[in-house]
Amino acid sequence: MLKVKSISKDYGKFKLEDVSFHLPPGYIMGLIGPNGAGKTTTLSIILNFISKGAGDVSILGTDHIAGEAEVKKQIGVVFDSNVFVCDWKVMEAGRAMAIFYDNWKQKTFLEMLSLFGLDGNKKVGQLSKGMQTKLMLACAFAHDARLLILDEPTSGMDPPSRDELLELLQDYIKDGNRSVLFSTHITADLERVADYITYIRGGRVFFTGPTEELIEEYRIIKGGREDLTGDLRGKIHGLRMHTTGFEGLVSRRDVSREPAGCILERGTIDEIMIYTAREDEHK
Amino acid sequence: MKVVLSNASTMPIYEQIKSQIRAAVMSGELMENETLPSLRQLAKDLKISVLTTMRAYSELEQEGFITSLQGKGYYVMPKGSQLMREQLLREVERSLGEAAEAAKNAGLTGEELAGMLRLIMEVD
Repeated sequence: MLKVKSISKDYGKFKLEDVSFHLPPGYIMGLIGPNGAGKTTTLSIILNFISKGAGDVSILGTDHIAGEAEVKKQIGVVFDSNVFVCDWKVMEAGRAMAIFYDNWKQKTFLEMLSLFGLDGNKKVGQLSKGMQTKLMLACAFAHDARLLILDEPTSGMDPPSRDELLELLQDYIKDGNRSVLFSTHITADLERVADYITYIRGGRVFFTGPTEELIEEYRIIKGGREDLTGDLRGKIHGLRMHTTGFEGLVSRRDVSREPAGCILERGTIDEIMIYTAREDEHK
Repeated sequence: MKVVLSNASTMPIYEQIKSQIRAAVMSGELMENETLPSLRQLAKDLKISVLTTMRAYSELEQEGFITSLQGKGYYVMPKGSQLMREQLLREVERSLGEAAEAAKNAGLTGEELAGMLRLIMEVD
């Protein structure tokens, strides 16, 4: 569905380096990383909003630049900022989109509006963030996009709207032919529904693969201060010492069984991000 | 079919699904040849990823509890299947191993442990 191969971009101060991942059809991939890690840059390169320094991107087997017109028809985009003119009414926004897509299905668009409870006469600028996202989703469904790319769709949404969105995304991929790539820093959203995770740290891919693999690769380690041997210290990411002990993150390849006095437990994606980010701060 | 996932459990989600389907097959709640929900339907219903349900189903298939028919989905295997029996025996062995370990810690002899087991079996 989507193949990203060794893309990079040099902004001087910030570099996106050698980013590669692969999203097969029928699955959801979460793109995670701290603010400024390169998530939006990566998505913008895929969509050819900005030029890449090097690398290849193909969508449904077609190069994203050579076959841009073809590729864009297959993609639905939900970006953080609203792409519509705020003064437009919802119906007008739909009409504007219909011009770009020869496979636009007005019937589907109207069905999605009523499913989402979107009032066609309301002005786009008056919609809540969640409603604007839904409008963009309605457009994606109306031109039958095979790949949905969403940049931070859940930021600024309340928990019920987030839950509803995730359910929509699961519905979207249910037939096994469509995929979703979305960036977020609300990782609780991904914990369960994302099949794949690509974790970008400082412009590089730290991990890409099945979500479960990321969670299984690491363990949170906790123990008393006296349990922290020199050998162990070297294996811990983002070590935090406190009065009654220490905690940190270890790879199961480095620490496979509980060292004396310590406990190992499965961490959440959030925790994995927190400890690895803490390591970056202390470099 | 009933599957209830706990977020508080230390057991991974795919394991929770596996153990509940396994139990349903063993208790006869899921009958031979009964169809299971599709991978994608189950993922959506439980709000979990497709890869997670895939792992649960494919491991259940390897263990002989369910079988897949190309394009037709997953079915419950007959209870007496050889693979399932082996799996169940392994389960018994594993639990007995744990019991033996606990007995050792408690300073029980093999004879005493066997006595306890007999008592439990009679009560059941």
